[in-house]
Amino acid sequence: MSKTILKVTNLTRTFRVGGFRSRGTLHAIDNVSFEVRAGQIVALVGESGSGKSTIARVLAGLYPPTSGTIEFEGATLGKRMSRQVRGRMPMVFQDPFGSINPVLRVGHALQRSLKLHRSELSKTEREQLAVELANSVGLVPGEEVLARFPHELSGGQRQRLGFAQALASNPALILADEPVSMLDVSIRIGLLNVMRKLRDEDGASLLYITHDLASARYVADRMIVLYAGRIVEEGTTEEVIAAPQHPYTKLLMSTAPDPRLPLGGSEGSDDLGEPPKVIDPVAGCRFAPRCELATDECRTKDPVKVEVSMTHHAACFAVKWQA
Amino acid sequence: MSTILQVRNLEVQYQTPAGPAQAVSGVSFDLASGEFLAVVGESGCGKSTMLFAIAQLLTYPAAQTGGQVLFDGVDLSSLDDEALRLRRWRDISVVMQSAMNALNPTLTIGAQLADTCRAHTDWDDKQIAERSAEVLAMVSIDKVHLSSYPFQLSGGMRQRAMIAMALLLEPKLIIMDEPTSALDVVAQKSLMRQVETLRQKLGFAVLFVTHDMSVVSHFSDRLAVMYAGEIVEIGATREVFDRPQHPYSVGLMEAFPSLLGAAKELTGIPGNPPSLVNPPSGCLFADRCPKVMDECRKSAPELLANGPHSVRCYLVNPKARG
Repeated sequence: MSKTILKVTNLTRTFRVGGFRSRGTLHAIDNVSFEVRAGQIVALVGESGSGKSTIARVLAGLYPPTSGTIEFEGATLGKRMSRQVRGRMPMVFQDPFGSINPVLRVGHALQRSLKLHRSELSKTEREQLAVELANSVGLVPGEEVLARFPHELSGGQRQRLGFAQALASNPALILADEPVSMLDVSIRIGLLNVMRKLRDEDGASLLYITHDLASARYVADRMIVLYAGRIVEEGTTEEVIAAPQHPYTKLLMSTAPDPRLPLGGSEGSDDLGEPPKVIDPVAGCRFAPRCELATDECRTKDPVKVEVSMTHHAACFAVKWQA
Repeated sequence: MSTILQVRNLEVQYQTPAGPAQAVSGVSFDLASGEFLAVVGESGCGKSTMLFAIAQLLTYPAAQTGGQVLFDGVDLSSLDDEALRLRRWRDISVVMQSAMNALNPTLTIGAQLADTCRAHTDWDDKQIAERSAEVLAMVSIDKVHLSSYPFQLSGGMRQRAMIAMALLLEPKLIIMDEPTSALDVVAQKSLMRQVETLRQKLGFAVLFVTHDMSVVSHFSDRLAVMYAGEIVEIGATREVFDRPQHPYSVGLMEAFPSLLGAAKELTGIPGNPPSLVNPPSGCLFADRCPKVMDECRKSAPELLANGPHSVRCYLVNPKARG
């Protein structure tokens, strides 16, 4: 098996919310542990409020963790990240219209990244490399695209530039936070193919954060399902998709629109509920209020990780009873 | 079933520094009462502009430059502002893409519902409160939220509150502009199911625009595919999904990965839509089309019936010369 690049252990991040009288603590991520291995795409899947973007931001050093450790390339990350670490773990943001400086040419965005992170290269080498990077993410012809201004690029091209920028710093792991969710359906697949190509041809590792299970299945080797700040299920993509164990994963699967299949899950109420905001949580499974299988045990005790197979785990009492 | 909306050769242009851009060209379709028609296409294909033109909401630099929008036989584009105002909410309501921007953040949900009622009815406060609670109940929102502000509701609830407002005066047609695009998959499904349940109960027609056709695949009666301002294919939803005929529709169907089907490599549709200021002569999709032929670049095909649905393509209708 390939070596572990990123190892997250018991990561927790809380935020203080509310005013003077109603002060509370929002548990955005709660005791999350997972690993990413070299040459893998790992998908973090969940709804809004599940904590998936908080994980990416903590990893990118945008805010420090409340507790827990992050081991990256064998070293434990401290409170402040060096430029070198940031370069080895760059982030591609969700909004391609807000993440590129509109008054500078596209080439500048790439050059800047190269200058900061690849200072050993000469100017001509950097220029050459910028064109190569542009070509490798499908911005062809690279030379011509780099001479344009951002407003001359479509959303899909901007997001490709985001990946080229991330590649420029010679990364070990790329954090991609919903990189395709603001793009049109017809363009998304092109970007997903860029991610696959980066893994298969360039050996890159990616942490792909998304709410879209179908796209996660298309690109990812492993899948981690988050609910209200906790991991509820994780495993190889095909295992999770073929045999989802946690009731929440099953709900997500049944609601993902797929025109190729008959309409699933049409029984029961029209209101499928929403994930909670986890302010000052008490013990118990976070999904219990929406779960049909919930018992008193679920409402009073935190579920523990149950092994479904060597490579597939779920945090659910119901799965434990069946096992 | 009677026809409630007839759109005939609708043309919309935007004034741009480079000249007029033809955002919607020659769009015609009928909508029967109680029917659900979905319109899909990429950003910039003119689908939202078309909705705004039908609802008579276009503002400069966009303007309707031709065609008719007949609602119950009356051409909406010939009406003055006051005549239109009387029809809004009562006959036609519009649900916008972003409920967060469409709702007033400084007023409670109840106040905003009451505002609509006061503008269009002579109900007293008690009747307004009753009707408001009733429409909120239809979209599974508790009436305590009449006194909530928009920021106190989740994204899904805000979008449902917008639909409740659209239902207040029991319109015959509800126009929806990507109401689900800001929502999570679970909230999306729950909203779509609610729209469908209400449509069956109340019998309003729905005109629904989205870029994600998988959202409507199980709900709409008919599906229209738009490209560069034109309808390129229109037909029964299942028919278009199962047997798409226009190369663009085929590409769209191939553009999203399946959750449970066979895992296969997908390609999407390479290239970008054409300029609408100086559109190429011939078929507008020719430059991106994998099956382009010489005649496609010479003249533009027309939208012609081919069996169960209509398609704008020489491959399907060899004689469709415009």
